[in-house]
Amino acid sequence: MSNTSSIKLDRGERRKIMLTLNGRERTGYCESRDLLSDFVRHELGATGTHVGCEHGVCGACTVHVDGIAARSCLMLAVQVEGRRVDTVEGLAPDQTLGDLQQAFQRHHALQCGFCTAGILMSCADYLKRVPEPTETDVREMLSGHLCRCTGYTPIVAAVLDVAASRNRKEPEHA
Amino acid sequence: MKPAPFDYLRAATAHEALDALAHSGEDARILAGGQSLMAVLNMRLAQPRVLIDISRTADLEAVRIERDHLVVGAAATQGSVEWRASLRDEVPLLALAFPNISHFQIRNRGTVCGSIAHADPSAELPLVLSLLGGDVMLRSKKRKRTLKADDFFQGMLMTAREPDELIEAVRFPLKKAGERYGFTEFSARHGDFAMVACAAIVTDTSIRIAVGGVADRPVVEHWPHLKGDDLRGALNDLSWKLNAQDDAHVSATYRRHLVRQLGWRVIEEAK
Repeated sequence: MSNTSSIKLDRGERRKIMLTLNGRERTGYCESRDLLSDFVRHELGATGTHVGCEHGVCGACTVHVDGIAARSCLMLAVQVEGRRVDTVEGLAPDQTLGDLQQAFQRHHALQCGFCTAGILMSCADYLKRVPEPTETDVREMLSGHLCRCTGYTPIVAAVLDVAASRNRKEPEHA
Repeated sequence: MKPAPFDYLRAATAHEALDALAHSGEDARILAGGQSLMAVLNMRLAQPRVLIDISRTADLEAVRIERDHLVVGAAATQGSVEWRASLRDEVPLLALAFPNISHFQIRNRGTVCGSIAHADPSAELPLVLSLLGGDVMLRSKKRKRTLKADDFFQGMLMTAREPDELIEAVRFPLKKAGERYGFTEFSARHGDFAMVACAAIVTDTSIRIAVGGVADRPVVEHWPHLKGDDLRGALNDLSWKLNAQDDAHVSATYRRHLVRQLGWRVIEEAK
């Protein structure tokens, strides 16, 4: 994250920024006050990321910045210049659902689906760091997301299912 | 809900950030992790003229051991400290406190120094820094100074930081032999603001307890190694001394109850 040059962007001034979105180099224009959530949706057209509360509480807008799950409504678009941003679209790169998404479908871990994109992005980051979570771990991780449909239980089941099946496949996980 | 317009500066070095602070002073806000500030900007509760972004300022990112302290730079995220494999041996109280701070996704970006600078009376990191007797290292273009946590926190969201100063780092004393630690808090849901948070350091001869979420800043008490009714009495005195107030979430009576109960629990846990 070092090797970063300084940027000055006055109010109302537009800046062309380049970033890697879901593995592809993209460019777009932003002003200093544009939120990353709006930039991804409106400027780059990746509308899989949903915007709920816009103050960091609901978790619907969670994306990855350099592989780390973060709220896109609490970041400025200009802050991701030159960085890697991944959104829910990146979980199904060739139009096939990833294992997390398949498990969500299997376990009925979504109804309206509004919160789902953010939850999937959190789970993707978390399972990389904690490959064998307990139910309590998963529930704590999910506490950063609001879902008003499911009551969370099927989401927890889906996440534990994915963790178990990944561990079966890679007994030597890092 | 979008921020009001502002001039944005991404500082490549701490020097650059300090120059900008010297120039803009009270019109500027430092943006580190943004997990409190961005929400405040989105709701337009603050409308600074200038935002100085230090989140990618390389010389402020370091987390290192310096003699008997863990020194955490201004741009270091809570996640980067929490996931440190050696944290439990270095500053065990931090390891106990982190899971209580908001959520995993927020700690990924929120900074340690940002929470200290924000000085929310219910926040966990100011409580831990106060109890451990840690330091806040401030720097402006003109001077450097180091303040004890107690002198730094001055009231609700109020600190001793001058407008041209940056919290360059905070430092937490490392674990000491014979000290045992406890942390607990109560909130409506996991990750919500604590109604009351308690941390304690217990040795064979002493108890140090800190309470957050009640007074306008963390309050630390030093006691001998009290037990039984003496300890209950001391906790009751403390619960009244904190001058709890009613608010939309909790009554003063319930806050006093929580201080007595959580205080007892955290000391038992640390014993």
